[in-house]
Amino acid sequence: MTAVVRALGRNRRATAGAVLLALLFALAFAGPAVSPWGWEDTDFTAFRRPPSADHWFGTTQSGRDVFALTLRGMQKSLVIGLLVAVLSTGLAALVGMVSGFVGGWTDRMLMWGVDLLLVLPAFLVVAVLSPLLRDGRPLVLVAVLSAFLWMVTARVVRAMTISLKEREYVLAARFTGASTPRVLARHILPHLASLLAVDASLNVSVAVIAESGLSYFGFGVRPPDTSLGTVIADGGSAATAYPWLAGFAAGLLVLIVLAVNLLGDGLRDALDPTSGRAR
Amino acid sequence: MNGREAGPGPFARTAPGTAPGPPPVLEITDLRVTYEPGVRAVRGLDFSVGPGEVLGVVGESGSGKSAAALAAVGLLPPGARAEGSVRLRGRELLGRPDAELSRVRGKDLAMVFQDPLSALTPVHTVGDQIAETIRVHAGATRAAARARAVELLDLVGIPDAARRARAYPHEFSGGMRQRVMIAMAIANDPVAIIADEPTTALDVTIQAQVLEVLRVAKETTGAAIVLIAHDLGVVAGFADRVMVMYAGRAVESGPVGEVYARPRMPYTIGLLKSLPRVAGPRVRPVPVEGAPPPATAPDDGCAFAPRCPIAEPRCRDAVPPPVPVGPGHLAACVRADATEGRAEIFPVPVPPPAPRRPPRDERPVVLEVDGLVRHHPIYGGTFLKRRAGTVRAVDGIAFDVREGETLGVVGESGCGKTTALMEILRLAAPQEGAVTVFGQDTAALTAARRKALRRDLQVVFQDPFASLDPRMRVASILAEPLAAHGVPRARRRERVRELLDLVGLDPVYAGRYPHGLSGGQRQRVGIARALALEPRLLLLDEPVAALDVSVQAGIMNLLADLQTRLGLAYLLVAHDLAVVRQVADRVAVMYQGRLVELGAADALYAAPAHPYTRALLDAVPSPDPARERRRRVPPLPGDPPDPAAPPEGCRFRPRCPRYAALDGDRRRLCETTDPEPHRPARDADRRVACHHPGER
Amino acid sequence: MAGFLLRRLANYAVLVVLAASLAYLLAATALHPRANFEDRVPRPPDAVVDAELSRLNLNDEVPLTERYLTWGAGVLRGDFGRTWQGEPVTAELWRRTWVSLRLLLAGTVAGCALGVLLGAYAAVRQHRAPDRLITLGSYLLLSAPVFVLAVLLQSAAQKVNDVTGVQVFEWLGETGPGASEGTFGALGGLGDRVRHLLLPTATIALAQLALYCRYQRSMMLDVLTADFVRTARAKGLRHRSAVLRHGLRTALIPMTTYFAYTFGLLLLGGVFVEKIFGWHGLGEWLIDSITRGDVHVVAAVNCFAAVAVLLAGLVSDVLHGTLDPRVRTGDAP
Repeated sequence: MTAVVRALGRNRRATAGAVLLALLFALAFAGPAVSPWGWEDTDFTAFRRPPSADHWFGTTQSGRDVFALTLRGMQKSLVIGLLVAVLSTGLAALVGMVSGFVGGWTDRMLMWGVDLLLVLPAFLVVAVLSPLLRDGRPLVLVAVLSAFLWMVTARVVRAMTISLKEREYVLAARFTGASTPRVLARHILPHLASLLAVDASLNVSVAVIAESGLSYFGFGVRPPDTSLGTVIADGGSAATAYPWLAGFAAGLLVLIVLAVNLLGDGLRDALDPTSGRAR
Repeated sequence: MNGREAGPGPFARTAPGTAPGPPPVLEITDLRVTYEPGVRAVRGLDFSVGPGEVLGVVGESGSGKSAAALAAVGLLPPGARAEGSVRLRGRELLGRPDAELSRVRGKDLAMVFQDPLSALTPVHTVGDQIAETIRVHAGATRAAARARAVELLDLVGIPDAARRARAYPHEFSGGMRQRVMIAMAIANDPVAIIADEPTTALDVTIQAQVLEVLRVAKETTGAAIVLIAHDLGVVAGFADRVMVMYAGRAVESGPVGEVYARPRMPYTIGLLKSLPRVAGPRVRPVPVEGAPPPATAPDDGCAFAPRCPIAEPRCRDAVPPPVPVGPGHLAACVRADATEGRAEIFPVPVPPPAPRRPPRDERPVVLEVDGLVRHHPIYGGTFLKRRAGTVRAVDGIAFDVREGETLGVVGESGCGKTTALMEILRLAAPQEGAVTVFGQDTAALTAARRKALRRDLQVVFQDPFASLDPRMRVASILAEPLAAHGVPRARRRERVRELLDLVGLDPVYAGRYPHGLSGGQRQRVGIARALALEPRLLLLDEPVAALDVSVQAGIMNLLADLQTRLGLAYLLVAHDLAVVRQVADRVAVMYQGRLVELGAADALYAAPAHPYTRALLDAVPSPDPARERRRRVPPLPGDPPDPAAPPEGCRFRPRCPRYAALDGDRRRLCETTDPEPHRPARDADRRVACHHPGER
Repeated sequence: MAGFLLRRLANYAVLVVLAASLAYLLAATALHPRANFEDRVPRPPDAVVDAELSRLNLNDEVPLTERYLTWGAGVLRGDFGRTWQGEPVTAELWRRTWVSLRLLLAGTVAGCALGVLLGAYAAVRQHRAPDRLITLGSYLLLSAPVFVLAVLLQSAAQKVNDVTGVQVFEWLGETGPGASEGTFGALGGLGDRVRHLLLPTATIALAQLALYCRYQRSMMLDVLTADFVRTARAKGLRHRSAVLRHGLRTALIPMTTYFAYTFGLLLLGGVFVEKIFGWHGLGEWLIDSITRGDVHVVAAVNCFAAVAVLLAGLVSDVLHGTLDPRVRTGDAP
């Protein structure tokens, strides 16, 4: 983990991403405290008003404060994104390491399962399952999203584990009689840690996009609750005439994903000198 | 930078004492290459080569030889800067625009790179790649260029050239690819060829072939050749003059015979002394202790002074200028007087007294391998993975190692020697045959017994950069085997100190990470780790192949001393027969997964019975220009055959010089019957798998 | 050889069967077609609803296994059942496949080609202004979800239309009403189609472009420092020719694998674009069917997507084999 932190400091892009992400978090969670309007409040004196001193991002046609709504959506998106990233990366690490290290039939069955999940279009499945989320329990959404985001990472972890397994220093440890858990813990996991950190951060962006995309179509977070996807969906049809309805939410969504992508890509370059020196 | 005046530098061909020959073809004066600010790879280099002349440039890793070569052809990576002067037939190349340089490159000045695996574009046929060279410069038609490419391939000795021209690089072996590179280099009749370690990545037998091709190339084109190498053996037979580089500068240069016979710079002396030899009496190589300075080191005095046994305070005053020390012979050493008459300047290490050992057959067997087989499936196919055949990596080998002795296993790359070693290390049931370690059959081991057995059997890997976990300190690396076997923490710390002492490392290194150590130091850590559990048998997988020659000797001597002091048995796998000779009591020669010869080292080196063993011995380049020049024909033709499809009868037959000289009746035996190892009449300790052993 | 092809196809077939079955079971469990009847005013009697649902094999009173077997038997005959309105799914599936294909094909080709070129160009100009510009652009594009991109493009197009006073861009459906009956006849109809294609295609192309550009750039950077490019330079090739003839050609090989990998994303992007731009393709059908609880359509589109993903894998394998002689001769070292 120290390597990750050090790499963060070294890479300008990763630093920029981390700072931007921290600012966005601060906005999402501290913003409501300074806003005069709550996200459930309705201002019956202002329908579809452009941004003003009173309503910083304007109001919707039903008189709700877009700023409050957008921040509420950001909170949802950020929390869901983080949870999904952590869960799916954890699952990927577990499956990938077991598959790669144990090999044989275990490996074959696990990878076959991965293939199957890759062939099943994840978005469609999640969308089909969406009626089950009708109660608006975001944790179910998190679980379903996680279940469909881990496969590619698991493959990468597996490939890494297999190549690490054949490294001379790992062989040396195994030939001294070190046990499998010991080898995994001391020689394999530390070398995977940076990859996992990178993948977790990139998974955040995938999860944020997936969540908002689902919500956009009404399959994820549903009214009365709100997410960036629902805000954009509600305002998107009128985007040309009333740009503030969806514009701020869209901009912030892009910023979140951008920050996370910068962080992840920067980390990858800093930690893995072989990944194409993209700067 | 160091105030040297323009014009031919002191290392140029017209050094004092030689008659001025024809004007030089390629002349480099005061060349300096800087990678990033402060990283100075080349620090003022002068040399020149005349038409048809071969200059050997010898230096270890980091000496700046490759940087100088790239600077000469103007292909330094972006960010690197070259200053000074590079003149080809009197015309300055440095500083000229790339468009002009491109007209010179590949036409008048050609280059052959080290690694033939990656130097050819994988997606174009070799014929097209050669033809491209011609078309870029001569503007020939496609058909004419193709035809010429086939001629060139034929010239560099690629059989069936017309057909092979349509093949892709991956369908060629390493040696064949290097021939293609040479064909490409001579395609436009260059006046100078720079060959950057063209044989380093190849087996000794192939090395000899490629040097021969280079010789043909020189004779066909009359080009001047700069042959870069990392040890003095390779260039001895081919170069007319030799230049030794150290830390970005030339430290000695002169005619080959003169430099090899009367080296004057201590570094050259060290290089020659540290080179193990196959011919002559068995002598311990003399190591050059220490490591070369980093490319960031400042210029304060002689760069070799910290490693030099005869250094004086004045050596550190200024960079020593080259001084003439013989006809055409220059040495950059202020103590040239002390090296006159080839004094033994390096301390000859004294081996610990050899313990008295009972005769071999009374000592217990520590490792016995009988009929060991390891086959790998290979997969191929366009869109589908399918089993295309079987690589018979190890195909039934048998040998034993007894207490306190060293068995060296030698052979070309791909002969199965490392696979055999890994099979033994697994301590599991082999595909066929049996491995018995300290009397225990590995096929019958329980997990607990296997782990216990690992204490007695340890391994040292080839690459000390890859075999140490980069994230662990030396102390943790050394303590790991102890921890795995439940040694208490306090004892571990103590043992780490003992181990560092045992391999000759200062205790301060315990706190270092591997990247803070030199190659030789890392390999010492690797050996120390192997010794941590006090094993009785060490398996050594090419323990010095990744190290510079001057460092190799130190590691080999350490291994020899440890064996004497601790009574270890070694199984040493190596490709270098000269290295094996230093420590091996017995030698096994492998070819295509089989043992072709096995016997006591001295007898085997003196009188090899199998033609393959003889060829391998003949192929080892020795730092003896006179001997090398006498040998004109490469000792072994062709490439090792496809391990998935061994030929009928004797596997060595297609390359065997003895078979080629046989008459019809005796040939038939080789063609039909796979020879089993048998005991020749004269030597009871020898096994030879040849129908006609010992004949010349 | 044939045996191995068969084995691979069999593996694919099993994957498709499993994926389709899973999709059907999921859809049949999670969706409630009955709800559509319950919302009707006046509400039809239960018996009628039951009969109608049973006729369509959508009755949730019938055990799931029985419904699944009926459905499966139909699929084996090439019949994906009927939509909720009673139309045959298979015919509509093919019709809509064409619509989606028209949309995706142009976007994919343009996106891949432009992305590869831009990525390669950025790599060659590494650290200079063009590289920085392309990198920044690709990052922004990558960070914009397709629906945001589509909305942005629509707003921009509206601006253009407003400023020029001409309907340069159209973004609803495939054709405008009565376009081919105008002064230009059939030609006008074609022009109208192209006009309708512009924005959706641009959306797809931009999303693809960003992905391919990033990837190609990093592949190209690897290749630029490769030994064989240096060899080409040593032969006397200028930098540009060495990079194009030896570098780019080699750096294209890994892109074929990448194609298979991003294909799923492309399909997903297609769903969004169709929905937003009102194209009556598979994606729009799917979204609408999920909302309507139309089990058979959802299962059919899922099955179709699984086949498409596997086909994309096959296409990428073939491309890989065509570009890489090491694969072609089948004995890569």
